[in-house]
Amino acid sequence: MTPLDPTPRRGDAGDGLGARLPRIDGRAKVRGAASYALDHPVEGVAHAVIVQSTIPAGRVRTIDTRAASAAPGVLLVLTPDSTPPLRAASTWTGEAPTQPEYRPLEHTIRYTGQQIAAVVAETLEQATEAAALLRVAYDREPAVAGMDDPAAGEGNPLPPLAIERGDAALAFAGAPVRLTAEYRTPREYQMPIEPHGLIARWEGDALTIWEHSQWLDGMARTYAEWFGIPFEKVRLISPYIGGGFGSKALALAHGALAALAARQLGRPVKLALTRPQTFTAFGGRAATRQVLELGATAEGRLLAIRQRGCNETSVDGVWIEPLSSVTALMYDLPNFSSQQHLVPVNTVLPFAKRAPGENPSAFGLECAMDELAYAVGVDPLALRLRNHAERDPQSGKPWSTRRLREAFAAGAEAFGWARRRMAPGSLREGRLLIGWGMAAGTYPVRRSPGEAMVRVLADGTVEVASSTSDMGTGAYTILAQTAAAVFSVPLAQVRVRLGDSSLPRAPVTGGSQMAGLMTGAVDKAARAAREELIGLALTDPRSPLRGVANTLAVEHGHLVPPRGEAPPLPIGALLTALGRDRIEALRDTLSENGLTPEDRYRAFTTVSSMRPPTDGDYSMHSWCAHFVEVAVDEALRSIRLRRIVTAFDAGRLYNPKLAESQIKGGIIMGIGQALLEGGMIDPRQARVLNNNLADYLLPTNADVPSIEVISVGEPDPHASALGGKGVGELGIVGVAPAIANAVFHATGKRVRELPITMADLV
Amino acid sequence: MKAFSYHRASGLEAARQQAATTDAAILAGGTTLLDLAKCEVARPEQVIDITRLPGLDEITVDAQGLRLGALARMARVAEDAAVRTAFPAVAQALSLSASAQIRNMATIGGNLLQRTRCAYFRDPASFPACNRRTPGSGCAALDGITTNHALLGTSEACIATYPGDLAVALVALDAIIHLGERQVAATDFFLLPGTTPEREFALAPGEIITAVTLPASRAARRSTYLKLRDRASYEFATVSVAAGLELDAECRVATLRVALGGVATIPWRARAVEAALTGREPTPEAVREACLLAMQGATPRPDNRHKLELAPRLVARAIETLLWEERA
Repeated sequence: MTPLDPTPRRGDAGDGLGARLPRIDGRAKVRGAASYALDHPVEGVAHAVIVQSTIPAGRVRTIDTRAASAAPGVLLVLTPDSTPPLRAASTWTGEAPTQPEYRPLEHTIRYTGQQIAAVVAETLEQATEAAALLRVAYDREPAVAGMDDPAAGEGNPLPPLAIERGDAALAFAGAPVRLTAEYRTPREYQMPIEPHGLIARWEGDALTIWEHSQWLDGMARTYAEWFGIPFEKVRLISPYIGGGFGSKALALAHGALAALAARQLGRPVKLALTRPQTFTAFGGRAATRQVLELGATAEGRLLAIRQRGCNETSVDGVWIEPLSSVTALMYDLPNFSSQQHLVPVNTVLPFAKRAPGENPSAFGLECAMDELAYAVGVDPLALRLRNHAERDPQSGKPWSTRRLREAFAAGAEAFGWARRRMAPGSLREGRLLIGWGMAAGTYPVRRSPGEAMVRVLADGTVEVASSTSDMGTGAYTILAQTAAAVFSVPLAQVRVRLGDSSLPRAPVTGGSQMAGLMTGAVDKAARAAREELIGLALTDPRSPLRGVANTLAVEHGHLVPPRGEAPPLPIGALLTALGRDRIEALRDTLSENGLTPEDRYRAFTTVSSMRPPTDGDYSMHSWCAHFVEVAVDEALRSIRLRRIVTAFDAGRLYNPKLAESQIKGGIIMGIGQALLEGGMIDPRQARVLNNNLADYLLPTNADVPSIEVISVGEPDPHASALGGKGVGELGIVGVAPAIANAVFHATGKRVRELPITMADLV
Repeated sequence: MKAFSYHRASGLEAARQQAATTDAAILAGGTTLLDLAKCEVARPEQVIDITRLPGLDEITVDAQGLRLGALARMARVAEDAAVRTAFPAVAQALSLSASAQIRNMATIGGNLLQRTRCAYFRDPASFPACNRRTPGSGCAALDGITTNHALLGTSEACIATYPGDLAVALVALDAIIHLGERQVAATDFFLLPGTTPEREFALAPGEIITAVTLPASRAARRSTYLKLRDRASYEFATVSVAAGLELDAECRVATLRVALGGVATIPWRARAVEAALTGREPTPEAVREACLLAMQGATPRPDNRHKLELAPRLVARAIETLLWEERA
């Protein structure tokens, strides 16, 4: 229809949404040109180092700072005695503080590795050495090292998490097939490769912070409240993040200390945690334990599940790792009872690590389903299909979309599951015992409002801006694709700015909600800008297209009269004719989420606006099925993965290449969880012994087999504006049980505690 | 990190004199030194850089054997074709060590002197008790988590595992450690902790490893290094085995060399296994029986009992591998 040369295309969907495109930030990252928070050059910066407690409980009696203060280059020593309190900030869930003050350094010690002092010096080396010169005297008190410590007890019940559906006790008692097993997961740590840290600089009462952030607005709010300055006076800058996995969503004590030191010294302060410090400076995944009782018919139809679980929390805080989140909804289950306790121990308050709740929940359930499959002699995949839930058994609502059956079918087909023989130890290659295992996973669709600015410039460039962040997942790329689709321009013509709290608002990049909410916000803003362009083109006296038609199409960056009434006009040419340098539209999706503009600050700076998956008429979730092959050396018991096939339904994929990459990343993290990772806690000092990346084992490339990822999703109109469901956290859910089930199939040995190591199989 | 003075050694003799002072550390590859300085275990006053000293990084293989200059990088030795042919256990031990990045920096001499990975040794602030670090202070590991601690060669004073791979191959293949003029057998170079765990190596103050030599032999040519671990790469050994084998004309075992890593306070020569098979026909039963002697005298701890099972099996796997190669 247009006389234009077709724009060069890659993939089969142009440069718009759905195109399989590489990350637009990829080249800058691999060439070292992308500037991360701690890379930012700031003139006159001083260096801060934090000091952590070496006892698990008690009090700091004194800190002798004389030698440290006298050490070369030292500018400031902060201790509980010398550090002024800040104002308490409201919580990330939006609750007001319970106390007026916040002290980032306290005398009271609640866990080993709690920050107790900070030293600021001219150089990092000077600060590090001076920190080692502090002499700390403690009054030690008894501690609880972990939930297996006899002193830990049973913990505290958590009534709001309790679920009673039907009569699980009765149904279990009467079930023809019953099995009971306990499943355990250790403390696991996020360990992004970019270390935690920040640079803080004050100019008058304005605070600029360069800090990696999964939540610019939330963290800026916390800093503003701590220092009693308006939100607008804090500028947080985080263009790139070297991985977060839940650990970079909140402002933390070391951030408060750096900002405080910068204010006290009147110069910028840079603080980077060491790798060992990152094991206790913020929370990782809580250790969990759950007993599952499954009652079923002889054919393997579930009659009842009783779940009794607990997770570790800190002695002064509440972290819930909801163990029923998958158990409650994965299968058609008439009778379900779940109770969970929280066990306070002397640890930093645990926090979110990829798929908090769903991950350990699925480990228990999906291992137990495999055990049930063997108890009744039914193929594990057939057993799952036999218990398929046609609607959400917990909420009673229909699924928005649930292509789990399709995922099972596609994964099984690609893997060759039909050739599997049931008996453990039935597959071998020489000295290797081969095991095939499978498991399902799910993650809920969470929805929050977002805001974006879209701007069209006179040279035809389209700009997109929002304070949302790209953790390395591809936000820059899919938001560019969103705008490219609306204006029908190539990706190279779109510029995206993210990760700056001075830009339009965005909620937390967590809960796998970012892609869905931000494509919606950018699409809305872009359409508004496009409408304004078309309106001006048709009505402005200076427009060459004035009055030529009732409407105009936008194709390949041109305004196109529908029946060729006039030649297509480049967008840039229209702006030039109008004497404008830009058209811009700022739009939010508050109203779609039932929120008014008055809710705005709260909506973006707390998670109180996040809608749960069953808010509305449907129950909305992403789904996946993992099929894995392991090889276990018959004599040496070493476990190696040989291949993994994962099929998943995350609705529409905005960029399949990047979505698949995220699923693969989740799977790799799941490999670590299954076979390698776990905090080793010394029972006497409640200290993480393996607090470095040589001893806390993450998968290396040699541990990662061929991974095939298959999308079976279709657009879900209820889940998000453009049809996608959550991707980021889905991939890890179900990986560990699939591997555990494969190890059982290889060896006949059922290991119910992660990680599964050689020592477990000897 | 404590400030130190840096000296670039002008020659070996000058380096020896500088290194003879207390609180001096030799900088060769720096990979262990930096690591230990970061965790406050190494706090040298003087750092003596020997990396520029000429003539210490050569790799020579001839009819007599192998000579590795102390400053030869691990990666270079691992990739050396002659080493791989004549001393496969050495090349394999090096390629299975550490990470590619570390192997590119670390040197042969420095690698032999790496310190234990005992978590209690590496954390002075939290665990002041460590006889290896501070003589007489006690041992925090004895009542701690001991998954990675030693079963062989332990004492009441110390149960820390020697972490390296190369040294296991050297001890198996009767290497000589050259300290300038003085020479020490590899089997004598690593010291049992006994009551003096702070003395880890047979090194006098100021002595510097200059080279390692290994005699050529058929057992060295027919040798292998196996490393068992949960992670496929970049992990210290759960158990490792260096083995060399020579069969006589009647296909009996003429020479067998076996050493173990990951299970002992020093690279552990398993002489009982060697003796049990030497002169015998290596039938599967004979091999299995002999390998059961590998952990003779072991003192397991609650967290490392699995090594009692795994070590003999890995020794058997190594011998089977060599027999299979020999017969192929």
